[in-house]
This record gives sequence, structure tokens and C-alpha cells, in this order.
Amino acid sequence: MSHLTREESEALIAEVLDVYPDKAKKDRAKHLAVNDQSVEQSKKCITSNRKSLPGVMTIRGCAYAGSRGVVWGPIKDMIHISHGPVGCGQYSRAGRRNYYVGATGVNTFAEMNFTSDFQEKDIVFGGDKKLAKLIEEIEGLFPLHKGISVQSECPIGLIGDDIEAVSKKSAAAIEKPVIPVRCEGFRGVSQSLGHHIANDAIRDWVLDKAEAKAFETTPYDVTIIGDYNIGGDAWSSRILLEEMGLRVIAQWSGDGTLAEMENTPKAKLNLLHCYRSMNYISRHMEEKYGIPWMEYNFFGPTKIEESLRKIAAFFDESIQQKCEQVIARYKAEYEAVIAKYKPRLQGKRVMLYVGGLRPRHVIGAYEDLGMEVVGTGYEFAHNDDYDRTIKEMGNATLLYDDVTGYEFEEFVKKVKPDLIGSGIKEKYIFQKMGIPFRQMHSWDYSGPYHGYDGFAIFARDMDMTLNNPCWNKLVPPWKKPAESSAAAAA
Amino acid sequence: MANIMIRRDAKGALSFYLPKRDLEDTIVSIEFDQPDKWGGAIRLNNGGAYYIEPLTSPPSLPISLRAKRLDGAE
Ligand code: SF4
Repeated sequence: MSHLTREESEALIAEVLDVYPDKAKKDRAKHLAVNDQSVEQSKKCITSNRKSLPGVMTIRGCAYAGSRGVVWGPIKDMIHISHGPVGCGQYSRAGRRNYYVGATGVNTFAEMNFTSDFQEKDIVFGGDKKLAKLIEEIEGLFPLHKGISVQSECPIGLIGDDIEAVSKKSAAAIEKPVIPVRCEGFRGVSQSLGHHIANDAIRDWVLDKAEAKAFETTPYDVTIIGDYNIGGDAWSSRILLEEMGLRVIAQWSGDGTLAEMENTPKAKLNLLHCYRSMNYISRHMEEKYGIPWMEYNFFGPTKIEESLRKIAAFFDESIQQKCEQVIARYKAEYEAVIAKYKPRLQGKRVMLYVGGLRPRHVIGAYEDLGMEVVGTGYEFAHNDDYDRTIKEMGNATLLYDDVTGYEFEEFVKKVKPDLIGSGIKEKYIFQKMGIPFRQMHSWDYSGPYHGYDGFAIFARDMDMTLNNPCWNKLVPPWKKPAESSAAAAA
Repeated sequence: MANIMIRRDAKGALSFYLPKRDLEDTIVSIEFDQPDKWGGAIRLNNGGAYYIEPLTSPPSLPISLRAKRLDGAE
């Protein structure tokens, strides 16, 4: 199908909204928009970071997911207790594929699920004693852990347990940090507030306490912030920085450690990949320690090149020179990737619906392959994210905030994209509709997608999905039009 | 009164941040921006306005301050 014009897109939104009752319609209308690059303030056309409408199927997570799953979870040498009933932790365990090196269960723990497994009696009598006991047991069973974080699930806030007091006492007893995080799932409207709470906990319980720690610095120390090493993303980013002559002293938080976090205030520059989940701590470090930060984008050669140069501009000429060498060195590699896949992917249209960063960050990578993003939306973005998205997206493309299951399906039916990139919950619906689909949260068990190495994998995966022969086999032989079966028989 | 943070963005413009509501916006005007007086009423791009007690000299940014909401900003 050819491109929708602005009028057609607007009509499509109106049509989709039409089934809602008046009140719901009014609310949802604010979250759907047709992109107009001339708009400076997204607020004028799209509302975000609002409570989801009861009764619709939202794709969002909770604050606990933002803190335990995203920010704290990947810190590998700490143990993160899912404090409350067992389900919240168990059903989200290791789902994000944060890769790390280490011996799980010995000195690293990121894939494991630790929970206080609340029962009725804990709700009635409080779970503080259980928590203290649990921490004691952890210390006995996993003596090599470097610290513990207590990630509150909903009931903790509801019954008013004093996890701060328990944490303080336990920390003194085991002589390691025990960090209470008040990230109960009911706080805020999405996982976004969980990121913020988690950032604040790191600020108060990790950075403030580590100020006196000695650390030998160099003028080229940088950190990677907001890269969760999904399928190895942080690693394929890190090597580029290191080849440029920079020293990466911390990864937040994919394959990260407590010690790395403590070192971060000694860096010269904080490099921020996922703005939505870690801008808070970057702001804090800028104010308190005077460390500048910059947002970068390592998806696809065009954006990588731009970002590498921007990073190098913070340093002296030797780094800038090496940066150019890095870009030149990889050029042949990525040109070969583009030469191979672009002809197979040229002109294909993509619809995205992801979390808080990728809906705009991956656009460049698709464009490098000659593809076009015709619709994008975030689960939990804020206004400033849409401000930046508007500039990245073509005119008259669709923007949808906190899209509902129904809206997304209807949009797809009308826009008929060649590829959809979203999460596991959306995957099988669209595959059954016969539309190629990639999970863009977990890279569909592939990855990394960051950096030049990641781009090669990204291109291969998109081709593999889009040009998979299975998409021609969706109509069973007995439903094929008569003449083609006659031709096959002959 | 709310805690806010003011910093310079990549383009050099003043940017306003209200952590409590995760509200982020550029500052379009600031009442006093003189060597001996800095602050007062600030207007945001989204139409909101806040008041910060004027400081005796321009601060080094970023800085966290207390601000009073004047009007408009959601
Ligand atoms: S909303 Fe509450 S109960 Fe549900 S997963 Fe999040 S923390 Fe657990």
C-alpha cells in the first residue's frame, strides 16, 4: 500500500477512535497524532505520560518493573530481592536478556530470582522479620555478593512495612550495602516512575556513600549510562569508545557492578544512551560533580558516526583523530552490509511500538537500510521524547502514545506495514495476521544491535524476518485461487 | 514551592526541569539576568511560569532551586 496522506492518516485515527464511548474517545484522541515536522512542541499534538484508560489493553509495565527489571536488575554482583509475592519477580525473571560475564550463583546473580515470597500471614503481620531473615540467608548462601537491593512490590507500600529500618540494620550486620527501593508497582502511571525512583535510590544510597573512595582517573574516562547490554549491546558500544582512546570506567547497568557505579562520579563525561531511564542520575552528577553528559545513538552507521564525532568533540585532538580512524576503519564493513541488504529491504515500511527510547533511536538504522518508519509510539515516553521524535519522523506518519491493543491492530490493518517492531505481547497477534514481526525489546533472542557490529546483525535479522519464505505460505493450498493450483498441477 | 533544576542544554539555552513531575522544558525568558541579579519570574516554552527568589549573581549551572508556580504550567 502506498503512503497515507495527512488527510488519510487523520481519517484513520478518527475511524479507530469511533468505537470508543465519548469519554474514552476524548481521552485517547489526545494520545494519537499525525506527525507534523513543523511542530516545535509535541505537547500541541500529543499527550503522554498519563494514566492509562481503564478498560483498554495497555502494553505498559509498573514502577517495580522499571526499577527491578530495568535499572537495578542488570547490576550483576548485587542481589536484588523482589520483596513481596513471588509472581512479580518470577514472571519477569531474565526476560530482558541483559548479558553479563561471571559465574551465576557464585559472584554474579543477575539471572536469578530472589524473593521474599509473601504469604497471607506476611501481609497480616508484616514482612520485616522475613526480610531480615532473608538477607541473613543470602549472606550465608552467597557470600561473594557485593550488596543487596530491596525492590518493593505493591503490598509493601500497602501494608506499610519499614524496609528502610530493616535495610539499615541488616547492612550493619552483614557489612555490605543494603538498599531499600520504594518502587511499588502502583506508583506513577508506567514503569517510567520506577526508573526515576531507582535513579534516586542510586543517588542516595550508592553515590553519596562512595564519595570518599579513592579511584585513579585518567583524562579520558567516560561511562556508558542507560545501556542494559541487551544481547551484548553495551559491549559492541564499548569497543568503539575504547578504540577511540577513551576508557570506559562504568556500564550502567548492563554487565555493570556496584564498584563501577561508585566510580562514576569520577568520570569526565557521562554518555547517555537511554535518556528516559537514566537522565535523572546524569542530571544529578552534572550538578553535584560537574560531569557533563550527552545523549548518543549507536543504532545504524549514520547515527553512530554522528555520535562518535560528538563524543570526540568533548576531548582533545588525539581522540578526535582516532575517532576519524575508527569511522574510516569500519566503513568498508558497514558499506558491505548495506550493499548486501539494502536491495532486499529498500522501500519497506516499518511500524514501531517500543518503550522509551527505541521508537526514535532505531529510525536511523532502518533508514540506512533504505527502509522507512511510517508509525511509531512509546509505552512510557514524556513530552520531551516526543519533541525529539517529531523531527526524526516523516510528515504525515502516525504517532501513538500508550497505544491500546485494539488501536494498534486497527492501525496495522490499514497501514499494512511490511514489518512491525514491538514486544512479545504483540508478536503473535501480528504474525498470525501475516505480518513479519521483530521483538524490539529483547532483539528477538538475537543482538547486539548497537555499534557497527550490531548493525550487521540488525540488518541480517530484518532481512531474515521480512524476506522469510513463510510469509508466502500463509494461505493453505485449498484456499488458493483456482488457476494457480491448476498451474501447479500442470 | 517545588524543587526545580536549571541547566544549559546542548544548544546553550536554559532548560527547566521539575523532578517531581518529570516536566522538562526550555526557558523562554527570565526576569533578571544581570551580573548582580539573577532569577525572578521565568517563563517556559509550554506557557507555564515560575518564580525563583533572585540570586545576587548568576549561578554556575546546573543548579537546584526552590520555585513557586505562578501559572499555567501543567
Ligand atoms: S503492579 Fe505490583 S503486583 Fe503487579 S507486577 Fe508490579 S509490583 Fe507486582
